[in-house]
Amino acid sequence: MPLNWKTGGVLLGLVFFLAVLLVKPIGVSTQFVILDGIVADAVNGDFITQTDEGWTSTNAYMAKSGGKYAKNAANPLNYSFVFVLAMMLGAFLSAMARGGVGQGERTMPALWRANFGDSTTKRYAVAFLGGFVVLYGARLAGGCTSGHMMSGMMQTALSGYIFAAGAFAAAVPVALMMYKKEA
Amino acid sequence: MSSIILALVIGAAFGAVLDRIGATNPNWIGKMLALKHLHLMKTILLAIGVGSVLMFAGQMAGLVDVGHMSVKSAYVGVFIGGLLLGAGWAASGYCPGTGVCAAASGRKDALFFIAGGLLGAAAYMATYPAWKAGGMLNDIAGGKVTLGTVPGSKFDGIWAISGDVLGIVLGLVFIVVAFALPERLTGQGQMADMPAE
Repeated sequence: MPLNWKTGGVLLGLVFFLAVLLVKPIGVSTQFVILDGIVADAVNGDFITQTDEGWTSTNAYMAKSGGKYAKNAANPLNYSFVFVLAMMLGAFLSAMARGGVGQGERTMPALWRANFGDSTTKRYAVAFLGGFVVLYGARLAGGCTSGHMMSGMMQTALSGYIFAAGAFAAAVPVALMMYKKEA
Repeated sequence: MSSIILALVIGAAFGAVLDRIGATNPNWIGKMLALKHLHLMKTILLAIGVGSVLMFAGQMAGLVDVGHMSVKSAYVGVFIGGLLLGAGWAASGYCPGTGVCAAASGRKDALFFIAGGLLGAAAYMATYPAWKAGGMLNDIAGGKVTLGTVPGSKFDGIWAISGDVLGIVLGLVFIVVAFALPERLTGQGQMADMPAE
């Protein structure tokens, strides 16, 4: 059972506030690009290179904005990348402390099973395709649920509202079509 | 080095809270997006409201550095990207942050989400020049703008009214909406499957 929404909402709000107070607003999806950059550079050493002014890449997206993505991929021990690793650690410890995720839930959520059956192949395929579309969309938008929707709307950013409008305009109809049965 | 310690502390807190509010659980995401159970929506709206009120009140009181604000650009691609993210979010039950946390909590389907996400991000890296050339990334309405004008901020406001006051007012609106939203819109009536407290 999740936390009561009042407790959970205040705690989540405090985390977003602390992030802005101490460092900067929270964001996650950029780090998928950074990890891609790390992998690409490990495979091909010319992918990210150091220049007189800083860092650049053979990929235009990695090289944009003065090579800030290229720089972070070349130095993964930076705030934003470590932040995402720490999120995983925090979620892991929290899940262990509440007894872990149940055996059946580990392969697919009960809501999925109730609507689409037990096939792990089907679930994993949709999770993979979903991940592809989510990250492609997040990078096109320049942020995700954390950076645009939560951090953005919290700062009254116009872009946050535009993003949230798009996200819910697609998410609600898709969910209504997919999840007719409740678990 | 101190920034790494902050990343560890704030990141771990964020991951733990996402886990505890049910955001790392695709069941709650799916039920929220299918408008069956809005518990998580109430949590998120309250969080945005609380964060907003604290941040803008802190800025007015001079306790929060306005320079920490980071506003993203508005452009047509933000809406298109939002649509794509929304569709994938509903289908998989994960968004980037909750996906990595869910994988860490032991969900195997979330590993497939992450793998797909890495490929999707790589696909965007490869196709970025086309979006840019097509003008889909060009600023609209001033680009990096806030709704009101925040004193001392490097971002312009759409309206001249005080961005701090507007931020607090909108934050309170988020909080009021969080309280006003019913737990359920569709499905089997009022279910007592959430802790009332």
